[in-house]
Amino acid sequence: MDRLAFDIAHFLAGGLVLISFVLLYQDRLFALLNAYALQALTLAFAVAWQAHIQEAPHLYITAGITLVFKALIIPVALHRMVARLGVHREVETVVSLVPTMLGGIGLVALSMVVMLRVTHGADPLTREDLAFALSVVLLGMLMMVTRTNAVSQVVGFMSLENGLILAAAAAKGMPLVVEISVAFSVLIALIVIGIFLFRIRERFDSVDLQALDDFRGEHR
Amino acid sequence: MLEQLSIQMVQMLLVLFSAPLLTGFIRKVKARLLRKRGPPLLQPYRDLIKLARKEVVVADSASWLFRAAPYLIFAATWVAAALVPTFATGLLFSWSADLIAIIALLGSARFFLALAGMDVGTSFGGLGSSREMMFATLAEPALIMIVFSVALIAGTTQLSYVASFVMYAAGLRVSLVLGLVGLVIVAITENARIPVDNPATHLELTMVHEAMVLEYSGRHLAMIELSSQLKLIVYVSLIACIFFPWGLAPVGAGFNAHVLGFAAYAGKLAAAGGMLALFETTVAKMRVFRVPDFIGVALMLGLLATLLRFMSESL
Repeated sequence: MDRLAFDIAHFLAGGLVLISFVLLYQDRLFALLNAYALQALTLAFAVAWQAHIQEAPHLYITAGITLVFKALIIPVALHRMVARLGVHREVETVVSLVPTMLGGIGLVALSMVVMLRVTHGADPLTREDLAFALSVVLLGMLMMVTRTNAVSQVVGFMSLENGLILAAAAAKGMPLVVEISVAFSVLIALIVIGIFLFRIRERFDSVDLQALDDFRGEHR
Repeated sequence: MLEQLSIQMVQMLLVLFSAPLLTGFIRKVKARLLRKRGPPLLQPYRDLIKLARKEVVVADSASWLFRAAPYLIFAATWVAAALVPTFATGLLFSWSADLIAIIALLGSARFFLALAGMDVGTSFGGLGSSREMMFATLAEPALIMIVFSVALIAGTTQLSYVASFVMYAAGLRVSLVLGLVGLVIVAITENARIPVDNPATHLELTMVHEAMVLEYSGRHLAMIELSSQLKLIVYVSLIACIFFPWGLAPVGAGFNAHVLGFAAYAGKLAAAGGMLALFETTVAKMRVFRVPDFIGVALMLGLLATLLRFMSESL
C-alpha cells in the first residue's frame, strides 16, 4: 500500500478521535450536535476511503448510510428535539473539563497500548484504525459517564457507535446486512430515546438525569 | 556568507516593517466585516510615529526597570522574529534558529513585561501581570509539548530543517494537524486576541495585556506596541514555517526563488490575517476563568500529538 493512502486513512481516523475530544469540550447543546454531525461526516469520509483502498464496494453503501442517517437525519432530529424540549441549553458536567480531558488522553493511550499488543502482526492500517476506533468508543463512554444531561448522553452513545462503524470498516468483512441492521437499530434507539426524553422532561421539567437519582432516593 | 547575511538583513527589516501592516490589515478586515469603513491600512505606522514623537511621562515610583523594559522586550521579540524563516531558509543565523531558543526569547520578553506591569505599583498593572502569568503557566507547557511533537516527527528542533522536512518528507500526519490546532490556540492566547483578551478595549474587568502597559506613554509605548505587533508576526511566521512551508526559498536558491518566497509569505500573512479577523468577529470573549480550559485544550492536543506519533512509529 502506498504511503499517501495510509496517511489519509490515518488522518481521517485521527480526526475522528480529535472530534471526540471536541465533543467532550463542548458546553452548549447545539454546538455539541453540530460537532456530532461533523464527526459523522468525517466517519463517512473515512469509511469511503477504506472502501477505495480495500476495493470493497459495499463499504460505499456503509458510507452512504452514515452520511444520510448520522450526519443528516439524527443531528436534525436532535436539533428539533432540543428546540421543542425547551430546556436550557448548557451542558452540566459531573467532573470539570480539564480532568475529563486528561482522563480522555489516558483512555486513548490505553486503547493504543491494548490494541497494538493484541493485533500484533496484522496489517498496519487495520491495527491503527482499530486502535482509533477503540479510543472513540471509550471516549463516547467517558462522555456518557461525565454528563448529567440526557441529550449529551445520547450524543455520547451515538459517537460510541461511530467508533464501532470505524472498527467494522477497518476489519474487512463485516457483512452488509449487519451494517444496515446496526444503522436501523441506531435509528430506532434514537426514536426510543427521544420518547424517553420527552417523558423525563414531562415528569421532572428538566433532562438532567440527577433528577432521576433524587427521585429514586439515591444520594450522592 | 554575504548572501546569507543579506537575506538575514532583509528578513529582519521585513518583519519589522510588515508587523504594523499586518495589524492594520487585521483591523481593516475586522471593520469591513462589521460593515464599518475602518482606519486606513497605514494607521499603525502613523500611531507609532506619533507616539515616538510624544513626551514620555513616567510615574514617580517607577524604577530603572520601567524605562529599560520596553527596549528589552522589543529586542527579545525582534531577535525571535529574525530567527523564524519567513521567505527563505538560508539565513545567517539559522544554526541558532532553534524552536526552544525562540520560545525562551518570547518567554523572557513576557517576563520583563510582567515585571514592568508591577513596577509602578498600580493595581491595574499588578492585576494584568498576574493574569498574564496565569495564562503563561498554561500556554508555555502547551507550546513546549507541541514543539516536542514536531521535533519528534522531524527529528530536529532547527526551524529550517523542520520546514524542509515538512515540505518534502512528512506526508499527511495527524500529529502535525493536532500540533497546528494547538499552536493556533497558543498563538491566540499569547497575542491577547479575542476569545482570551480584547486588544481594542480598556474595560478593567477584562483587559490583560492592556492593563500591564497602562502606565506607558510616548516612545516607551511605541516600543511596546511595536513589539506586540512583532510578536503576532512571529507566531504567524512560526505557524507558516512549520506547517505551511511551501514557497520558502531553500538554501542557495536563486533570486527568482526568493522573489517567489516573498510573494508566498505575503500571501500567507494575508491569509492568516483574514482568518484571524474572521475568527475574532465570530466568537465572543471568554470569561477569564474559562481561559485555562481553552489553553488546556492546546496542552491536550500537544500530548495527543506526541502520543499518536509514538503509535504510528510503533506500527
